Amino acid sequence: MDFNLTEEQQMLQDMLSRLVRDHYSFEKRMSHYASQEGYSTAFWQQLAEQGLTGVPIDEAYGGFGGGGVENMLLMKELGRGLCLEPVLASQIFAAGLLQQLGNKEQKEKILPLVASGELKLAAALTETNSHYSLQHVACRARQQGDTWFLSGQKSVVVGGASADLLLVSARTAGEQGDPEGISLFLVEPWAKGVTRNAYPCIDGPRACDLLLDEVMVGRGGVLGKPGQVFTTLQYQQERAAAAACAEALGSMEEAFTLTLDYLKTRQQFGQPIGKFQALQHRMADMRGELELATSMTLLAASLADHPPSDERSRKLAASRFIITRAARFIAEQAIQLHGGIGMTWEYALAHHAKRLVMLSHHLGDEDTHLQRFADLLKAS
Amino acid sequence: MYFELTPEDEAFKNEVRGFLAEALPEDIASKVRLGKHLGKEDHQRWQQILAKKGWYAANWPQDYGGPGWSVVQKHIFEEEAAAAGAPRLVSFGVNMVAPVIMQFGTQEQKDYYLPRILSGEDWWCQGYSEPGAGSDLAAVKTRAVREGDFYVVDGQKTWTTLGQYANKIFCLVRTDPQAKPQQGITFLLIDMDSPGVSIRPILTLDGEHEVNEVFFDSVRVPVANRVGEENKGWTCAKYLLTHERTGQAGVGISKAALAHLKQVAGREMKNGKPLIEDPLFRLRLAEVEIQLLAVEISTLRILAAVEGGGAPGAESSILKIKGSEIRQAISQLLRQALGANALPFLQDQIDPDFTGEYRYTDYAAAAASQYFNLRKLSIYGGSNEVQKNIIAKMILEL
Repeated sequence: MDFNLTEEQQMLQDMLSRLVRDHYSFEKRMSHYASQEGYSTAFWQQLAEQGLTGVPIDEAYGGFGGGGVENMLLMKELGRGLCLEPVLASQIFAAGLLQQLGNKEQKEKILPLVASGELKLAAALTETNSHYSLQHVACRARQQGDTWFLSGQKSVVVGGASADLLLVSARTAGEQGDPEGISLFLVEPWAKGVTRNAYPCIDGPRACDLLLDEVMVGRGGVLGKPGQVFTTLQYQQERAAAAACAEALGSMEEAFTLTLDYLKTRQQFGQPIGKFQALQHRMADMRGELELATSMTLLAASLADHPPSDERSRKLAASRFIITRAARFIAEQAIQLHGGIGMTWEYALAHHAKRLVMLSHHLGDEDTHLQRFADLLKAS
Repeated sequence: MYFELTPEDEAFKNEVRGFLAEALPEDIASKVRLGKHLGKEDHQRWQQILAKKGWYAANWPQDYGGPGWSVVQKHIFEEEAAAAGAPRLVSFGVNMVAPVIMQFGTQEQKDYYLPRILSGEDWWCQGYSEPGAGSDLAAVKTRAVREGDFYVVDGQKTWTTLGQYANKIFCLVRTDPQAKPQQGITFLLIDMDSPGVSIRPILTLDGEHEVNEVFFDSVRVPVANRVGEENKGWTCAKYLLTHERTGQAGVGISKAALAHLKQVAGREMKNGKPLIEDPLFRLRLAEVEIQLLAVEISTLRILAAVEGGGAPGAESSILKIKGSEIRQAISQLLRQALGANALPFLQDQIDPDFTGEYRYTDYAAAAASQYFNLRKLSIYGGSNEVQKNIIAKMILEL
């Protein structure tokens, strides 16, 4: 049992923390949000120059070869700064899929560009009616000789607006809802037949919807064994979810700190409002949730790269459940404790609160994770 | 970063498991599992078994006869013992007054009291709460007036757990009524058979006799029975309360209770299927199990911090709150699992020594009683609201 960071991990954390603090003030963040791209290309460049876009990528492809703990450190600091860059969507989730499913040629061609930050990926897996389930794929791919033709739609692809290459799931066999028969394709967003509608999300990042109309994909664009990728999609989604826990934890810590500071400074009835017991107890409850969320983020980080097993999936679902619930609780309490000021666009807390609440709409909500845990519940 | 035990600790865990499998009497484990109250004899039998192995005073330093375990080993032992269905030790002697005597007592007190605790000769109870001093412990009114080599004690203690079995009581008494509440208190060790001490049972809502009132009517207590200085009893009390608060997440106990609940849910039927397959009930089980896992990991983090030289801070208040809520939630689900069969209140069948035929089944008899009994968890040892005050003050600095 050892919860300490190694020296190398500690350095990584310090470096990230400094970078975010120095270059990602709330004011800057809001101007990045309002920019053309919806994030900071300059900050992305800085991450790339310091090798940080390569943290989750294998060393063989020019990355840092980080595991669950390194991804946790990365995402936690980015979460603290409410950073908008598609690190989780591209470098962790989509690159993870490519690393696991891609053949040597695909990996050698693409991953070094991802590690260096030159090429951004996004996984387009969900559809309007899939409700967080990766097996509800209606989008179809039809094979003709060596070529596949993709038709259908993909919905709310986070990071998809800025992606240079998309990983699109499509059905090559079976019926909608079958875990079998799902395949994954590399699709260039400017390929013929692709329509990309981009928009901002309420919690900050950009996403897009995709319309695919007979989009041609050659043999080199098929990732993994056709029809057999579902378990990998699920595994990588769980891995990304573990990293999302860390992003939420960073944001929770920041929301907690902002609220605590406010209780100590805001005066009402002739004293700081933190002197009132009703408010103290709310704050103590938040601290309790934060404690559990911290524990489960660590657990998730330690399990994220374990080989697939029911035990891993069960505990990752548990982690996501605790963090999703804690995130909403802390967001709602933080707004309440701030009063009106917590509801204003110009104050950072409000944007943390939005991110924390909407976290449950990325990669599965409380009920999704509770159900998953219950499905895997051990009878004794 | 890793969550696994070291090979040494893993070996220790196996040793503990082996010992428990062999040494824990099945009749005692069964009573614990079924949520029954244990008698004095049950407690003493288990204490003797542990003492013989040298594992009774697990928290004591080796110099005083403890096994010299690390923080992690103590935790493993507590977890494994609870999971095996061992009764939770009655802590007033071995884990409450003993550390105070070790920390603040005279050599004579250590030489006299500690061996008697270890051997089980003395059964201690706690004289803290009073009718007017519950969560506000510093409001104690029981008076002790110095007369030569004696204190003369007058007043009343209440909620004295298992006082009916005790021959000793440690008390907070007021020696200076003029001082600020926390500064006029003294820590006294009193013989329960001293003239003027009387005890009266309080029946709790489950019909059980677990707690008592203890009355002091001009009880003469030798000054030699004072621990620490006069008017410095609050220091002892605070020291003791931190001891009391560290193990209170009760993860091992909750794990055992959850395993029992799952077993019951596997046998109880709903719509012709075992209750554990009912989607709604299963989600409720899942939720409490997830929370227990989160508290377990948090406990491990605190242990690791303590092992690394830190002190268990006010984080243990968080664990006390969460841990008690989980235990209460499990007892709620057990009651719920039994449907209408939780209603019959047959006190003879709740009795720990009942050997007859159960009206329905053994696990149903005490389930509702136990649920009500466990409401105490969020009240005692500093109520959960007091814990939140501690968090606000110590961690949040509000």
